[in-house]
Amino acid sequence: MSNKLFAAVAFAIAVAIAAGSQLIGNEYFFTATYTVLQFIILATAWNILGGYTGYVNFGTAAFFATGAYTAVALYNAFHAPLIIMIVAGTVAAGLVGLAVGYLTLRLRGVFFAIATLALAVVLYTFVVNWDYVGGARGAYILQPREIPLGLPRYIHVLYIAMVFMCAFALVVARAIETSTLGRGLAAIRDDELAAECSGVPTLRLKIFSATVSGALMGMAGTTLPYYLSYVEPSSAFSLSYAVNSIAMPLIGGMMSWLGPLIGAVLLGTIQQIVQVTVSSAWNLLIVGVLLVLFVTLAPNGIMGWFDAWLRARRRS
Amino acid sequence: MEFSAALLVSAIVAGLLLGGFYAAVSVGISISFGMLDVVNIAHPAFIILGSYIAYIVNDRFGFDPILVSVVLSPVFFALGMALYRIYYLAFERRGQESLRGLAFFFGVLFITEVSLVLVFGVDYRLVQTGYSEITWRFGEIDVPMRLAVPFAVSVAMVAGVQSFLTRTFFGRAVLAVAQDQLALRLMGVNPFRVKELAFALSIATAGVAGALLIVIQPVQPSIGREYIGLVFAVCVLGGMGSIWGTLIGAFVLGIAESFTSTFFGPSWAPAVSFGLLLATLAFRPTGLFGR
Repeated sequence: MSNKLFAAVAFAIAVAIAAGSQLIGNEYFFTATYTVLQFIILATAWNILGGYTGYVNFGTAAFFATGAYTAVALYNAFHAPLIIMIVAGTVAAGLVGLAVGYLTLRLRGVFFAIATLALAVVLYTFVVNWDYVGGARGAYILQPREIPLGLPRYIHVLYIAMVFMCAFALVVARAIETSTLGRGLAAIRDDELAAECSGVPTLRLKIFSATVSGALMGMAGTTLPYYLSYVEPSSAFSLSYAVNSIAMPLIGGMMSWLGPLIGAVLLGTIQQIVQVTVSSAWNLLIVGVLLVLFVTLAPNGIMGWFDAWLRARRRS
Repeated sequence: MEFSAALLVSAIVAGLLLGGFYAAVSVGISISFGMLDVVNIAHPAFIILGSYIAYIVNDRFGFDPILVSVVLSPVFFALGMALYRIYYLAFERRGQESLRGLAFFFGVLFITEVSLVLVFGVDYRLVQTGYSEITWRFGEIDVPMRLAVPFAVSVAMVAGVQSFLTRTFFGRAVLAVAQDQLALRLMGVNPFRVKELAFALSIATAGVAGALLIVIQPVQPSIGREYIGLVFAVCVLGGMGSIWGTLIGAFVLGIAESFTSTFFGPSWAPAVSFGLLLATLAFRPTGLFGR
C-alpha cells in the first residue's frame, strides 16, 4: 500500500470514528478513549526513535509537558484557538528534541538516554519556577464557551482532535518506516558503524528522528490543558508517561507502526479497567511488571509472536 | 563586604558537605556504568530502598540508621548479584543491552518506586538520631552534624572502595574487566564472575548511601528520580570509572548546587546537575580527569 493510499485510509477511518462516536451517549466513553488515543500517539512517537533507530528516550514526559505548557502559555497570552495551540506545542517540543539530539547524539547512545531522563527533571524545575504558567500551584484553563460543529460538549472537540492527531502520527510513522530514510534508521539500529561506513548520514538521520519523535509527543500534550481544565507540573511531568510510552511498543513489537498501536490499545484499555476497578497505583505497577516481563522473556513483543507463528505455518 | 564573604565561605562548606554525600550516591554508578558498562539507571531506586530499610529498622528497634545499613549491606550485595545475573542472561549475553537492557532497568526503577508508594504511601519519612540536632559553629560558619556524619562515612566508603580496587587481587580483576574483557578471557578469567561481584558491590554502596540520605533529609519514594541526573553527571564529570575522579566530581557538583541555592533559591538546585551533565557531554565528554 502506498503512503498516499494509507494516509487516505487512515483519515477516512478517523472521520468514521469521529462521526460514529457521536452516536454514543455515555460521556465516560470519551474520557476513557481520549487517554487510550493519547497513549497511541506517545507510543508511536517513541517508536520512531526507539524502535526504528534504536535510541532510548526516557523523557516522554518532558516532551509531552512541553506541548501542554506551550498551550497553557498561549492560553494565558491571548486565549489562542485550539489549532494554534496544537501547532505551536508540536513545534516547541520538536525544537527541544532537536536541541537535545544535537547535543548528545554525537556520543554513545546511552548518553542520549541519560540526558532525556535528566531533561524531565530540569524542565520540571523550570516550570515550577515560571509563574506565568502557574508555577508549582498549577494553572486553571477554562474550556471555550462556543463549541464548533454544533457538538454537545467540548470534550467531543478534544476527542475528535485526538482521533485526527492519532491518524496523523500513524501516517508519519509509516511513511518514515517505508521510505529510504527508514531503511537508513534501521541500518543505524542494527550496526551504526557499518551504516556510517556505507555512507548513511547517521548523525543527521538520528537528529531528524529525535526531532520528529519529540514533536509528536508534544502534539499529544497540547490538548491536555483543556482536557483536564487544570495543569500542574507534577502531573504533567508524571513518570507514567515515560514508562507507558516505552512499555507499549516493547509489548506490541517495535519493528513496525502496528506494534505500538497494538501495545497502546491493549495496555491502555487494561489500565482504564484497572484504574476504575482497583486503583491507579496498582495500574502503574502492572505496567512496570509487564514491561520487565516482556523485555526479558519476549523481546520482540506480540508482533514477534505473530511473526514466529507465520514462519512456523509457512514451514509446515 | 564582610557579609558576602561569610556567605561565600558558608556556601563552600555546605557544598563540600553535600558533595561528600553525593560521592556515596555516585560511587556505585562509577563502578557499574564507568567500569562494567552496565547502565544501571535503577541505581537511585536502590538508594531509596536503602533509606526505607534504615527507616524501618530504626523505627522498630531504634538502631542507628547508618550502622544498620553497613550491617545489612550483604543483603544489598546479594540483591545486586541476582539483578546482574538476570541482566546478563537476558540481555548482555544476547548483545541486546543497549536498548532492552536500559528498558529493563527503567522497569526495575519504576516497580521499586511504585511498590514503595503502595507499602509506605507518599508521606515524607525522616530518621532522628542522637546527632541530628547538634551543630558545630566555627565563627560565622555552621557545620551541622546531620551533614558532617554522612560526609565522613561517605568519604570513608569511597576511600575503602578505591583501596579495595587497587590493592586486592579481585579489585585489580575488576579494573582489568573495565579495560579489556577479551584479554581477561584469554587469560582464563571469567568476566561474568568478576562483573557479577563488582555489580553487587555497587548495589551494596547504594544501600549505605540510602541510609546517609535519610539522615540528611526526609525521604519519599519518588525523590530517587532527582538523583538519576546527579549520579550520571558526577560519574561523567569525574571521568567514567575513576573513583577519585568521582569524589572530585561530587565536590564540584555539591559546591555548584550550594551556590545556586544560596544565590538563586533552592528551587533551582535540581537543574544544576543536568546543566553540568549537558555541558560536560557537549564540551568534554571524557570528564575533568579523563584520558
